[in-house]
Amino acid sequence: MSGTADLEMKEHHLTTPATPEDLAKLELGDVVYFDGVIFTGRIGLYKKLFDEKAPPPVDIASLTNVTFHCSPAVGRNEAGDWEVAAVTATASFRFEKHLPLLMDGYDIRCVIGKGGMAQEFYEKHFKRLGAVFLNTVGYGIGAQYGRGITGVKDVYWIDELGIAQAMWVFEVKNFGPFLVECDARGNSLYQMALAETNVELGKLYEGLPLPTLKRMGEVHNPEDEVF
Amino acid sequence: MPTVETHAISSELIREVAFELNRRAAIGIPKDVGDSIADMAERETQKLSKFVLLEIVNNYKVAVDEQRPMCADTGLPRFYAKIGNDAALEGGFVALERSVRQGTADATERVPLRPNRVHPITRHDYNNNVGIHAPTVDYSWEPDVDWIELTSFHKGGLFGGDYRMLFPTDGIDGIKRFFLDVISEFFKRGLSCQPAIVGIGIGGTKDTCVRLAKEAACLRVVGDRNPDPEIGKLEEELNELGRRTSLGPMGFKGEGAVMDTHIEVAYTHTGGMPISIHHQCFALRRATARIHTDGQVEYRENPDWFTDYYRRDSIA
Repeated sequence: MSGTADLEMKEHHLTTPATPEDLAKLELGDVVYFDGVIFTGRIGLYKKLFDEKAPPPVDIASLTNVTFHCSPAVGRNEAGDWEVAAVTATASFRFEKHLPLLMDGYDIRCVIGKGGMAQEFYEKHFKRLGAVFLNTVGYGIGAQYGRGITGVKDVYWIDELGIAQAMWVFEVKNFGPFLVECDARGNSLYQMALAETNVELGKLYEGLPLPTLKRMGEVHNPEDEVF
Repeated sequence: MPTVETHAISSELIREVAFELNRRAAIGIPKDVGDSIADMAERETQKLSKFVLLEIVNNYKVAVDEQRPMCADTGLPRFYAKIGNDAALEGGFVALERSVRQGTADATERVPLRPNRVHPITRHDYNNNVGIHAPTVDYSWEPDVDWIELTSFHKGGLFGGDYRMLFPTDGIDGIKRFFLDVISEFFKRGLSCQPAIVGIGIGGTKDTCVRLAKEAACLRVVGDRNPDPEIGKLEEELNELGRRTSLGPMGFKGEGAVMDTHIEVAYTHTGGMPISIHHQCFALRRATARIHTDGQVEYRENPDWFTDYYRRDSIA
């Protein structure tokens, strides 16, 4: 496998819904911007849709095929309309249980989030569907993403779920940058990155003894991950 | 005494300052952190890591230019209050606590901040970042002055912290290993949203140890060294160790992502050496104001939380 230093980091501007051809073009480390419509979802929405089996408040598949693990810093302007100031991703690995239901059930093919997901998960679901996982950059560059949100098209279940967990539908323009973490073939940028950083990390542990008192369920190999 | 009444700091002023501190914390990056990230971006040699650092620098600018919160996870707003021993508060400390709660609710609506705070079991959200034990106010005391200083801090809350009971036999190597462990846990995939300031609390009881780690990460500026030369030296050694992990921003290979390491200590049980580590992300939301008894408000870059008095080791 080639290293991250060889990545071309090409820039793409996609319009939603992203086509299978659009997605097939994306390579690891490429930089993506969106025009169109995206919707937010995290545990509040997923529990409602998939655990409580509530009927979706809108025909999700007809809106877009791009979802974002996040919630906004949002307020109302003087005219009383919602205005998004900033938006930042939340860690995606916690949504393994529900994400396949969303992707299969509503034809979602782009997932924007934080930290990526496990390699086995990509192979099982993203590769099968030709879907991509895009990481937000940083991860705390919320002002830039806020600038890319031109309007709130709708918000659903805000009374029950609150601002942070509600399903927000945003109109977006030049919304990005996002980094391709998992391509439509199930390859992962983080697998490449971890192989590079584990080399140095392992060396630094040499000569440092294990702590006197162990803990239940503990990971001791620095190459292992905690999720 | 009537003279105290006429010169007390008004609760209305505290409410206004609490709002303004929340606004400033959410939008503007403190100079020490902004300079540190700009310097890292310039020095970084790896393509991906450099891209990320330059986007972070750009985001700081967008936030200020367009008056947007720099990160939409506006965290859990909390307050640190350094109270002059000769200061007088209108309505006392209960009024102060009500004022900072009101200032936080006001800021949530008007900055806006994301209403992050929910009941831990029911997940109920008042949509104003106020609730049970929230926002917390931590106090310290300063002798011979009559002002108070308020610091607003917005802390992200999910990743980048850990605690462990080490023992004297674990020694400095044990501290170094735990420092690496927490980086291994949370710098991979960028869960800590590094570059980060690493705060370390050593000693005390468990709660003191965790509190000191968080205060060390949040309330000391980049480049500040602990005045104890041995501890200051360890801070520098850990900075170097952090650099050598090669874990950069988002966990990509790079020149490291530790902005600075700050260690604070507390006297502890003779048998133990408890340690806690806390990573503070690059979207460092901090703002401090000194409120004088005459109503004058002075915004300050450095919270100066760890005063000589706060770190005292004598009876006096």
